[in-house]
Amino acid sequence: MIHQPMLRRVGAVAIAALMLGTAPAALFAETPADTLVIASAIDDIVSLDPHEAYEFSGLDLVNNTYDGLVEINPETLQLEPGLAESWTVAEDGMTYTFKMKAGITFSSGNPVRAEDAAYSLQRAVKLNKTPAFILNQFGWTAETVDSMISGAGDTLTIKVDKPYAPTFLYNCLTAGVASIVDAETVKTHEVVTDGVSDMGNEWLKTNSAGTGAYILKSFKANEGYVLEARPGYWRGDAKIAKIFMQHVPEAATERLQLEKGDVDIARSMTPTDVAGLEGNADVAIQSDVGGQVYYLSFNQKNENYKNAKFLDAMRWAIDYQGMADTIMKGAVIPHQAFLPQGYLGALDDLPYSLDIEKAKALLAESGITDPKVTLSVRNSADRMDVAQSIQNTFGQAGITVELKTGEGAEQLKEYRARLHDATLQTWGPDYPDPNTNSSTFAENPDNSDEAGNTGYLAWRNAYDPGEMTAESKAAVLEQDPAKRVEMYAALQQKHRQTSPFIVMFQQARQTGVRANVKGFYTGGAVDAAAYWLATK
Amino acid sequence: MEPASLPAEPSRLARLLRQLGATAFSLCITFIGLLAVTFVISRVVPIDPVTSILGNRASQAQIDDAREALGLNEPMWKQFGIYLGDTLRGDLGTSIRTREPVLQEVGQRFPATLELATLATLLGVLIGLPAGVIAATRPGSPYDQAVRLIGLMGYSMPVFWLGLIGLLLFYGTLGWVGGPGRLDAVYQMSYDFEVTQYTGMIMLDTALNGRWDMFANAFSHIILPAGILAYISMAYISRMTRSFMMNELGQEYITTARVKGMPERRVVWVHALKNVMVPLITVIALSYAYLLEGAVLTETIFAWPGLGSYITDALQVADMPAVLGGTVVVGVAYIGLNMLSDLLYRLVDPRART
Repeated sequence: MIHQPMLRRVGAVAIAALMLGTAPAALFAETPADTLVIASAIDDIVSLDPHEAYEFSGLDLVNNTYDGLVEINPETLQLEPGLAESWTVAEDGMTYTFKMKAGITFSSGNPVRAEDAAYSLQRAVKLNKTPAFILNQFGWTAETVDSMISGAGDTLTIKVDKPYAPTFLYNCLTAGVASIVDAETVKTHEVVTDGVSDMGNEWLKTNSAGTGAYILKSFKANEGYVLEARPGYWRGDAKIAKIFMQHVPEAATERLQLEKGDVDIARSMTPTDVAGLEGNADVAIQSDVGGQVYYLSFNQKNENYKNAKFLDAMRWAIDYQGMADTIMKGAVIPHQAFLPQGYLGALDDLPYSLDIEKAKALLAESGITDPKVTLSVRNSADRMDVAQSIQNTFGQAGITVELKTGEGAEQLKEYRARLHDATLQTWGPDYPDPNTNSSTFAENPDNSDEAGNTGYLAWRNAYDPGEMTAESKAAVLEQDPAKRVEMYAALQQKHRQTSPFIVMFQQARQTGVRANVKGFYTGGAVDAAAYWLATK
Repeated sequence: MEPASLPAEPSRLARLLRQLGATAFSLCITFIGLLAVTFVISRVVPIDPVTSILGNRASQAQIDDAREALGLNEPMWKQFGIYLGDTLRGDLGTSIRTREPVLQEVGQRFPATLELATLATLLGVLIGLPAGVIAATRPGSPYDQAVRLIGLMGYSMPVFWLGLIGLLLFYGTLGWVGGPGRLDAVYQMSYDFEVTQYTGMIMLDTALNGRWDMFANAFSHIILPAGILAYISMAYISRMTRSFMMNELGQEYITTARVKGMPERRVVWVHALKNVMVPLITVIALSYAYLLEGAVLTETIFAWPGLGSYITDALQVADMPAVLGGTVVVGVAYIGLNMLSDLLYRLVDPRART
């Protein structure tokens, strides 16, 4: 039998040992000087292959490990030459000739050639993963892309199937799917199954082969990743040697880590957490915008929603500023056009505000009595808050709103089948060109049920935009950039006055950074985050 | 007249084999039942797997193709047959989100949960069992009341709240423990390159590699989530131990032992406890299984990359193969632990061997 004093001694020694083990680690925990530690919810990552990645977190990583022919300057958010030094457009507007920059190498040491650029764009099209449609818009398909894109030495020739606006092509070339990969390295990692090559896709899901400021050292899904700077980056060496991204799904946890100094940057905090950091001298909050817009839309199978006065009444019965200042504080800014701020041709004015009397008068003019709106809402807290505010202010204007809540995927199914009455939704742009939103909000080539044009938001709402379809298509072919801007501005003016869409907000982002961290750029609405300019 | 000979009693081996066969049969039935329930749940939840896979932009033609490819147009019984066959072959399907085999992903996440649940259960047993025994020997005493109060708090406080408060106090304010995640950033970055990963359990692997600095850091990270889970586990174990012990201490053989002058410590800790162990094994096994299920909220708060957070993440994006795969693994763990507790009965209680 063991004597009690002996047990006590063993217990005391064990506790002391554990405390000794714990204390130093906890007390001296701080981020290493050469490493930028970022906490964010990165469970959206599906693949790190730049020609497959299509989620925010994955594109952040791609932006720091790869470059494209054309790039977006992280500070100004303007287009600038990337791996291409210069380019020309032929008279017919259908052939582009890019001259590659000399002296740039991939992380393997291989030089960047026009052949790599051609291989990359061809690979993205042939791989045909989710973001491939961005490139398919130029007439590039698995069958045609080899003949339309070719590279030799320092010259890359790109043909497109229509004389698109050059800015349309350049904007699309800044997307992650147009990243240039190291052809030689990728080819050595091809896996052939049943005679079909994966074009190195499996390998690139967890490795990098680009020209970016960083190299991917390790990646664990839903845990995090490590990037290591490579010397000689063509845009200037990264200021911080390593990036450690930690997946932290809980916002309150991120806030604690930021306050403690265990992370340098917290990217998924809620407005409540951000408010809690006010007055903390060790932490700074960076505010900018994201690309998502929040909108209400009304299915025009219900004749009421074709009534211009009724639609107008509803536009004046929403407390845009009130919601942005209270229930959505920090998460959105008021925004009333389909192109988000930061996009070519975006409108920043806010013509509508809450005016119940005006809404009542317009409702009376509409001739519709006791209107009822069944609003489908996803059952998440922020959406419910917005829906309830709308229910309240619409009610004051004499419009009864019944909320129909449900799971997101189910609501989407109903929306795509045109079975909703009205819905509260968000839309995120697919690539940094105005056509991405214009083509879905303002185009509907065939409004019949049989057409099944679910990709067009206008179709989902049984809305025939009339001449706007042609105007939007014309804007994507406009060669003069200034005129193109005017066309999108006019299109949005018309759309917000006549369509059954009410755009209310644009997503805002609040990033918490330690006070000593400078030069961290999130990419705003048009680009992904840039790590290489950050210092601490 | 000679009495008719009695049929020969089956040998011990035959008896054991029969028992094992019966157990295996009931396990198979339970397993198929589990698969049937998970399959039905996956079909009745209002989540369309096709919409989840193809997202917002897909055309109707793409949706129809995907339905065909996933076999969703087949009759329900046929779909279940395919699901059953695949699962028995160890194919839990492919995650919709990552397009990786679910079994492989679950295999990567399970060690983190196993490590957390094992430490939590160990702590829960080490504290809960003696606390329950002592409370039973002094019913109504302040000590008993304290154990009851602490136990009640463990039952009633939401683990989510407990986790956040624990983090705020021990990590945020006092700085006694490491933060969320399994290691500090500096160790996490080198773990993959400097440590041979035999088990995927960081504490075990770092110890086997002799990396005691990393071991201490891992301990500083696991102790708070494990402590919180242990608290809940301890509350349950101590209450059950107290109840079983109270019952046992009223038995006649205990009175006899006391009358014979056996020291009280021996009466309680050896004779009574030994008999209480049989039901306690079930209690501990169930508690362990509950934690293996991946204490979902704890894993989320502590950014712990285990099975619980895997299933939650998958559920949020309607990745049903991942949810089902994770659920099946949890179910198998439950079944396995039940079998283990059955076997342990036999070891502890001779009556169960017949």
